[in-house]
Amino acid sequence: MEGGNGGSCSSMEKVMGNYGDQPHVLAVDDNLIDRKLVEKLLKNSSCKVTTAENGLKALEYLGLGVDGRNKLDTNVSKVNLIITDYCMPGMTGYELLKKIKESSIMKEVPVVIMSYENIPTRITKCLEEGAQMFMLKPLKQSDVKKLRAFVGFKLSTQGYRIQKFCGKPTDCKVGLQWPYVLCRTITFHMRDTLAQHELQPAIANPTKALCR
Amino acid sequence: MDVGQMQRTWVEYTKSLFREGFLDAQFTQLQLLQDESNPDFVVEVVSLFFEDSERLLNDLARALDQQIVDFKRVDAHVHQLKGSSSSIGAQRVKNACIAFRNFCEEQNSEACLKCLHQVQQEYYLVKNKLETLIRLEQQIVAAGGSIPIEELSF
Repeated sequence: MEGGNGGSCSSMEKVMGNYGDQPHVLAVDDNLIDRKLVEKLLKNSSCKVTTAENGLKALEYLGLGVDGRNKLDTNVSKVNLIITDYCMPGMTGYELLKKIKESSIMKEVPVVIMSYENIPTRITKCLEEGAQMFMLKPLKQSDVKKLRAFVGFKLSTQGYRIQKFCGKPTDCKVGLQWPYVLCRTITFHMRDTLAQHELQPAIANPTKALCR
Repeated sequence: MDVGQMQRTWVEYTKSLFREGFLDAQFTQLQLLQDESNPDFVVEVVSLFFEDSERLLNDLARALDQQIVDFKRVDAHVHQLKGSSSSIGAQRVKNACIAFRNFCEEQNSEACLKCLHQVQQEYYLVKNKLETLIRLEQQIVAAGGSIPIEELSF
């Protein structure tokens, strides 16, 4: 059922051109001004944005009960990326990250942590718990451009998805991943957006791409 | 004053605010975010900052006025204020908050009170500056001109 080695060039082009979907980002921050700022930054990058003022509200929106149990009528289908502040009263961004990674339905959604404080142990802790990236506040437009790269390109015809992650390269995984019928996840060291001509060779030869 | 003169005034005034440390690069980021889809973005964010800060300053005064000061609570408020001021580029307010947090850690009420006064002072100063700046911007726009953000590269 796997459609070839990444398909022909023309279908790649078609797909890149057809990427009109607006990724839906859930932004969590207890600071009102920071919420407004991150919302604008994300909207400027063509994202659809939902904001939440704390971890509990974020979990509610995602359809995850506090106990981690999944509710039926959820917004899970809609969220492509979660970006959260670290320092929040009640549930910290780290605790929220853990809850998301523990849930069976949300764990594949990339989570980015932001903080005003550049504390290496904090950063390591978050990355080890599965955060895709750690960003220093206040955020700038260039930071958000990097985030945009985390959101999967929906390759509708072949059903591939490519994501780029910060951190160590991991093995190529093939399997069923919601919401794509068939999905192959390829991870790279984070760098700038792949150019169109780089896409096909990267899918065809992911191990080579990982070495870049 | 014609539009050109108003624009030049705006540039000089903004540059002076940066030079004197009232504002930092983050404020430019805010200016850059303003566009046709959101022409009042800066005013909106700055207004939010004013509301939020004044509320926090009141909470701080109240918290420090207690018989037994809850330093955790005080620190939480200062943390919020530091965050907001950092996000809009109000550098001197942010720096005053950083000093404040150190004294919270030491649980030194007298020093904290001094810090609060310092923060209040910096806040009212920058509030005044920002209001002036926004007024200038509104005048330029009303006269049919645009804000010459490009002139700020220095």
